[in-house]
Amino acid sequence: MAITRDNVLHVARLARLELSELEVDRMQRDLNGILDYVNQLSELDTTNVPATTQVAVVAAPFRPDQPAPSLPHDLALSQAPRSSADGFAVPAFVDE
Amino acid sequence: MSDVLDFSIADLADKVQTGALTARAVTEAALSRIDATRELNALLHVAREAALAAADAVDAKRARGEGLGKLAGVPVAIKDALCTHDAPTTCASKILTRVDESNSGGTDPERGFRPPYDATVVARLRAADAILIGKANMDEFAMGSSGENSAFGPARNPWDRSRTAGGSSSGSAVAVAAGLALGSLGSDTGGSIRQPAALCGVVGVKPTYGRVSRYGLVAFASSLDQVGPFARDVRSAARLLEVISGRDPLDSTSADVPVGQYEAACTRDVRGLRIGIPQEYFGEGLDPAIADNVRAAIGELEKAGCSVKPVSLPHTKYGIATYYIVATAEASSNLARFDGVRFGLRIETPRSDLTSLYGKTRNVGFGAEVKRRILLGTYVLSAGYYDAYYKKAQRVRTLIKRDFDQAFEAVDAIAVPTSPTPAFRLGEKVDNPLAMYLADVFTLPASLAGIAALSVPCAPTPATTTQPALPVGLQLLGPAFAEERLFSLAAEVERRMGGVPRPPSA
Repeated sequence: MAITRDNVLHVARLARLELSELEVDRMQRDLNGILDYVNQLSELDTTNVPATTQVAVVAAPFRPDQPAPSLPHDLALSQAPRSSADGFAVPAFVDE
Repeated sequence: MSDVLDFSIADLADKVQTGALTARAVTEAALSRIDATRELNALLHVAREAALAAADAVDAKRARGEGLGKLAGVPVAIKDALCTHDAPTTCASKILTRVDESNSGGTDPERGFRPPYDATVVARLRAADAILIGKANMDEFAMGSSGENSAFGPARNPWDRSRTAGGSSSGSAVAVAAGLALGSLGSDTGGSIRQPAALCGVVGVKPTYGRVSRYGLVAFASSLDQVGPFARDVRSAARLLEVISGRDPLDSTSADVPVGQYEAACTRDVRGLRIGIPQEYFGEGLDPAIADNVRAAIGELEKAGCSVKPVSLPHTKYGIATYYIVATAEASSNLARFDGVRFGLRIETPRSDLTSLYGKTRNVGFGAEVKRRILLGTYVLSAGYYDAYYKKAQRVRTLIKRDFDQAFEAVDAIAVPTSPTPAFRLGEKVDNPLAMYLADVFTLPASLAGIAALSVPCAPTPATTTQPALPVGLQLLGPAFAEERLFSLAAEVERRMGGVPRPPSA
């Protein structure tokens, strides 16, 4: 299943990456090369093999539900490229 | 190299604890060594003032008669993927640096993200009285095997500056190999500690998944990432691991398993240990000089009383394909947080809507390899491809893990090469992502299985007319939480090989 130019554009949209025309060509070529290689996994029969999603973690542990101070407001905002008094500043994204 | 920086960590900490050396003198020696080796590009940030202040604080503590920690006065470098409250943290990416005047994306790591807190491992080093001398160069977001994906230029191999240091923890390996620091921290997702350790001729440890807290490590692939130490000798690496290991309430994946006596294990007898040799790691593509030297190191373990027997890890060849699906899928999700809103770079015009702010910021901020992996990861998780790629890879991961489980029923540890080749030339693989991925063929399976692993230097390759002598790493693999055993074996190899020569330029 070769990756088309449209596939690359679709995936780039999902990943919020505005690629240049040149990059779309390059990524199409690279991704097809990599997928050709990873397709070797299809030669393995994994019908009754369970998936491994985590190793060594038995179960997520519980912690006591105790209130603790959180990051101060001004410190949380200190690294933002743009902020206002009450939070991170972003362009309007809700239609009026 | 000045004598002070030649000490092992235990010897140096001992001298600072007894007052034979001041932390200030050690720190000044490290800083002048850093100044003299700037062309190696090992560090993205030199913590000059903070390091001197920390050293003075250690000396003052001693003057007050207080006991000092296990890393008293030891200069340590930190991979730039680990958060430090008093130094920039960039992951060697433009996206974690503030925009410059030309609005073309950050180019100066000094303008990097300032985390509001320390990573747990960083806090533990400070609590042990270590001196943090700088942030180490790396492949952007730990994605790469040569250090060349750094937005701030590659670190150079001190054995031959036209060659790569390996990656992704390139600067952490170079800092230790060239004597800028006695120890360093890196992170290993698919070999990013072990491979640069091998290529730079130092010791590098990838602990068992869960052994070390990842709180404050910028996440790449969360089911694989693990923090670990570099040092020039095995015992120094063991001491570092002892300091940083252990359960952390701030990381729910950190294991509630007692921390081992890693340093004490370095003098333990290895007689009777069974070492497995998988033929899958000694076939086609392995540099013959590396095969010879790794076999010679295994021969030394035999002389020390270990028994050596063949084992089989039949799914080894599927490690690369499995890894590049699992790791990129997890990365595509983890890297969604870099959106130009809360920290780092933002590319925005007065007319920008939120979608174009995201898209432009991420396209300018991420380098080519990071974009490639985000796209691949998004693709393998997307509707219609999830089962064929992601689900399939998770099942093959089970087969790879079972290979190790079965092998460890018959042997106590497995000995293999760390890297199929010695350090390759800068530029040699940059245009061929797949060729770069193949460099990790021997380190990926242990990462997928989550087991303990380390790389210890064995004899370097012989110098030829076309290349100088280059370091070779022996990789030792053990079951989960068997780090003590690996340290015993690595220390035995080190003793019998008579230690490792210094790079010619250091």
